[in-house]
Amino acid sequence: MNLHEYQGKELFARYGLPVLPGQVAGTPEEARDVAASLGGTVVIKAQVQAGGRGKAGGVKLAHTPDEAFEKARDILALTIKGLPVRKVLVAEAADIAKEYYCAIVLDREKKAPLVMLSAEGGMDIEEVARTAPEKLVRFHIPQEGLRPYMARNLMRPLFADFKQAAQAADILLKLHRAFTDGDCSLTEINPLAVTTDGRVLALDAKVTLDDNAEFRHKDWDGWRDPADETPGERLAREKGLSYVKLDGDIGCIVNGAGLAMATMDLVKHYGGEPANFLDIGGSSNPEKVTAALKIITGDGSVRAILFNIFGGITRCDDVANGIVASLKTSPLQVPLVIRLTGTNEEKARQILKDFGLGATTSMDEAVRMVIEKAQEEGA
Amino acid sequence: MSILIDRNTRLIVQGITGRDGAFHTQQMVAYGTNVVAGVTPGKGGSQVHGVPVFDSVAEAVESTKANASVIYVPAPFAADAIHEAADAGLSLIVCITEGVPVRDTLGAYHKVLGARGPNNPLGRPRLVGPNCPGLITPGQSKVGILPGHICTPGPVGVVSKSGTLTYEVVKQLTDQGLGQTTCLGIGGDPVIGTDFIDALSLFEADPKTEAIVLMGEIGGNAEEQAAQFIKRHVSKPVVAFVAGQTAPAGKRMGHAGAIISGGTGTASEKMAAFEAAGVPVARIPSEIPGLVSELLQRRRARKKNGAKPVKAAAARPARKVAAANAPRRSAAKRSPAASPRKSAKKSAKKPVGKK
Repeated sequence: MNLHEYQGKELFARYGLPVLPGQVAGTPEEARDVAASLGGTVVIKAQVQAGGRGKAGGVKLAHTPDEAFEKARDILALTIKGLPVRKVLVAEAADIAKEYYCAIVLDREKKAPLVMLSAEGGMDIEEVARTAPEKLVRFHIPQEGLRPYMARNLMRPLFADFKQAAQAADILLKLHRAFTDGDCSLTEINPLAVTTDGRVLALDAKVTLDDNAEFRHKDWDGWRDPADETPGERLAREKGLSYVKLDGDIGCIVNGAGLAMATMDLVKHYGGEPANFLDIGGSSNPEKVTAALKIITGDGSVRAILFNIFGGITRCDDVANGIVASLKTSPLQVPLVIRLTGTNEEKARQILKDFGLGATTSMDEAVRMVIEKAQEEGA
Repeated sequence: MSILIDRNTRLIVQGITGRDGAFHTQQMVAYGTNVVAGVTPGKGGSQVHGVPVFDSVAEAVESTKANASVIYVPAPFAADAIHEAADAGLSLIVCITEGVPVRDTLGAYHKVLGARGPNNPLGRPRLVGPNCPGLITPGQSKVGILPGHICTPGPVGVVSKSGTLTYEVVKQLTDQGLGQTTCLGIGGDPVIGTDFIDALSLFEADPKTEAIVLMGEIGGNAEEQAAQFIKRHVSKPVVAFVAGQTAPAGKRMGHAGAIISGGTGTASEKMAAFEAAGVPVARIPSEIPGLVSELLQRRRARKKNGAKPVKAAAARPARKVAAANAPRRSAAKRSPAASPRKSAKKSAKKPVGKK
């Protein structure tokens, strides 16, 4: 799960990282109230999960509450990289003297958290990594943890002032605690800013949480924003399915993530366009199948549906029962192609046959068939 | 021959009394796996499908001389189960459980790595997974959840990040008369115990494996690393496949590790890396058996004609690498990159069957 900036800053604040006071607002009126309670100059920042918010006009300064109202109104009307702005963060503004970059990310290959630092903050760090890799300091945190001396030694070369380096080192230690105890796979501060009065502050927060750790984090509950999900995505999450919407017209329902990806690829290979990624998982009970069909049929662009099931733990008869039960209550408006093979394949075939449905055993054949049917529908 | 498991594998099932553990114990026993014990704390003294249950792994190992473990315990407790298995001295630990927090896996990974000693020439203990289907050596032993009936003994080693996609390809191989030495699912999590390079080293060292099928997917750079490794250290023909050619950036595709982030980890990059290393890439799964049998025929013809196997010189360090797992990558870097027969190898591994 990716957090919004304001949520990331909540997480940072819990671990003692220095963030400036602020509050999220959903309307210009709320933004005015927050600005009034903070007093002084505030910064209004669009809360969308996209880079380049500043360039898109999503970050503005406001010197008075009324100005905050106007700026918030303008920003809330924006759509940044396809994402409508529904919330803004209204926070105390800082006088920035210099900007740094500071992040901890999981390095899958080295199996360790990786610290990345740069004195070239505030800009696109991938750009820095590409064009000037020598300006990016990289350090793998050892298994026993990040020691204070390590943090100091990392920060000292980047800061002229020792006091500032010490503040930054303290921030890095706290960021590491947030990363570890908070079960994050990314924590990024860009910019980590030095103010004109010599304070070092986290002025932005980009955080990705490890979804697998959700069971031990009651504190994450409030962070899932229902408005960030489409109805299909919400139903998928509630039913324990993995669903990603794509732009095509062929709905795919598959068991297993690798096979689901390979099925999408095969649709494309034979000249079709997949409408989605949908993994119904291992032990697929009929209820999951029904939910999957509901999600796919809820996508208006789907012209034909493909089931691709390789029975292992998944029993083909469970899937067949799910399909039949689902079609009995809500008949499909688009053609359906079913491919089943593996555990209890014969039983499944019989269940489908009794309902007047056929099934193939070849994945290639099924994909070609479903593309043909989708084209007929479109014609 | 085979890799990691065979008739001598004496298996413990951790989490044997759970729904998945009990079901797959039955399946594994039916396949012929030597399941010697199960472990569920508090259920010691009972039996599951004729397998005695113990309260701890240590007790189970002491009573049964087990040498391997498979883990079906729920995600919150799975990492603890890996630690327990490592402390009990087991040499192979296979974690099937999906949804283990990465922080927990990291701890377990380093625990297992730390338990490896200089006297452990096979890089043991070894962790496979988590979030994997396990492995099967057809006709001998199956550890995990792979369906046994789709496999048959033969010369092909299979390694994959996926579950059902592996079944799909293994079935197609079997249908084409291409049996397998061992099929290994390494798992779809960002951090896993045994990676492609480990598996390639093991298959390269296994005399019965004559060709290797590698199935990767989007996310991370394990496929790119594997391509480099194959170029330098694998003499046997390898056929690669990468799932997720149509996956959008920034979205997790089912597996926790399957995500294109910051513009890297795309299928096209991975496919290009394999091709640059001279590894033929199947565009679709059904191309794999054809590519494998073509490469196998060429390899066998070469052997028959008495020609030295291509890249034999470069392949030697791989075994050494497999032996001492920890310094693996640095060893790989030190060894000579290009073999004198590079051009011959390239022509032998030219992609075929491209659409």
